[in-house]
Amino acid sequence: MSTVFIAFQTSEESRGIVEAILEDNANATVNEQPAMVRVDAPDTMTINRSTIEDKLGRSFDLQELHLHLITLTGHIDETDDEFTLSWAN
Amino acid sequence: MQIDLRTVSIQPKRVTFDHVAEELGPNKTPSRYQEATLRVQADANFHYRPTWDPDHEIFDPGRTAITMANWYTFKDPRQFYYGTYTIARARMQETAESDFDFVEQRGLAETFDPEARRIALETLLPLRHVAWGANMNNSSICAYGYGTAITAPCMFQAMDQLGIAQYLSRLGLLFEGPEALDAAKQAWLDGAQWQPLRRYVEDTFVVSDWFELYVAQNLVLDGVLYPLVYEQLDAALTTQAGPTLSMLVRFQSEWFTETRKWVDATIKTAVAESAENAALIGGWFAAWKQRAVDALRPIAEQALGAQADAALTAAVAQLDARAAKAGLS
Repeated sequence: MSTVFIAFQTSEESRGIVEAILEDNANATVNEQPAMVRVDAPDTMTINRSTIEDKLGRSFDLQELHLHLITLTGHIDETDDEFTLSWAN
Repeated sequence: MQIDLRTVSIQPKRVTFDHVAEELGPNKTPSRYQEATLRVQADANFHYRPTWDPDHEIFDPGRTAITMANWYTFKDPRQFYYGTYTIARARMQETAESDFDFVEQRGLAETFDPEARRIALETLLPLRHVAWGANMNNSSICAYGYGTAITAPCMFQAMDQLGIAQYLSRLGLLFEGPEALDAAKQAWLDGAQWQPLRRYVEDTFVVSDWFELYVAQNLVLDGVLYPLVYEQLDAALTTQAGPTLSMLVRFQSEWFTETRKWVDATIKTAVAESAENAALIGGWFAAWKQRAVDALRPIAEQALGAQADAALTAAVAQLDARAAKAGLS
């Protein structure tokens, strides 16, 4: 089994994003480091726009992820509503 | 000599204030909205009851018939506290300013279809008195309500309504001039078609239960008025005379789309709390809705003529759908 992960800079907004990821991906684990937060998940991880919008209380463009993004692994499948990491290809 | 650099991770002893932690549970990092809202309501160390209302404390949850085990169950889905609220409104205001500039620079107001202009001025301008009423009512809810989670957004709502009244005034100044505002005030005071709505607004000023006032103002009156005027009438005038007016009332329609999420969430929370709450709110909703529909009918007829019935029905259907979603049958 392989793992995908995504890491963000710690900020007010990325906290909401991480909460949303943890809510949508039951197997995801969070790893807090100084000024950085990393989320690991086995095989696949899906980030939903609607869940982030609930957490942040405003409309959210998934491209805004990149403002907080440090690094990630996995193949990316991106639409307006979902951002999925996996090794599926 | 060799120097090793390493990162030392220091765990903070506590992540937030104790009173916030008591609401959230231990070791949960709160958002700024939560820190600025939870348990901010003053509730202790008042020695005397107010002389103007000796039956209640200064801040007393008993000023409404609604009961809540915890008044911080109310959540604002927009997560507004002072910072986020002012940023959000500054953005909307910038858009509105550039819309007004656009209309002014191109002289779109002068070339606007005269019949559509007459309807717009006759219908929209007296609404600034309604917006002022909404400002009074939301200030009143903020003053007598309990719990920052509901009173703070009411104050934001009050300021928004004041802003809306100002945008309506500017629309009048742009389309005609100061005399348009005087004419609108005369219509509000003496015009037969405005009296039922004026009676509704003035009756809400003396509603003493602040949650009933919330239902009457934010859920019912705004819930019928805004779809009627800023969706139905706006669409009709756009078909007739192009999108100039739509640009000038854009703030109102965007504002309504945004704030109704908060109104719906508040009603849903109160209704879900207990069957008694649901019965009370359901009763208020039904009574005020009937009055609001009767009060707005003459306005709809003046503005939309033959389409008035269909427009009013559509606006009420939208309100009913929201109420059903919030748990009001």
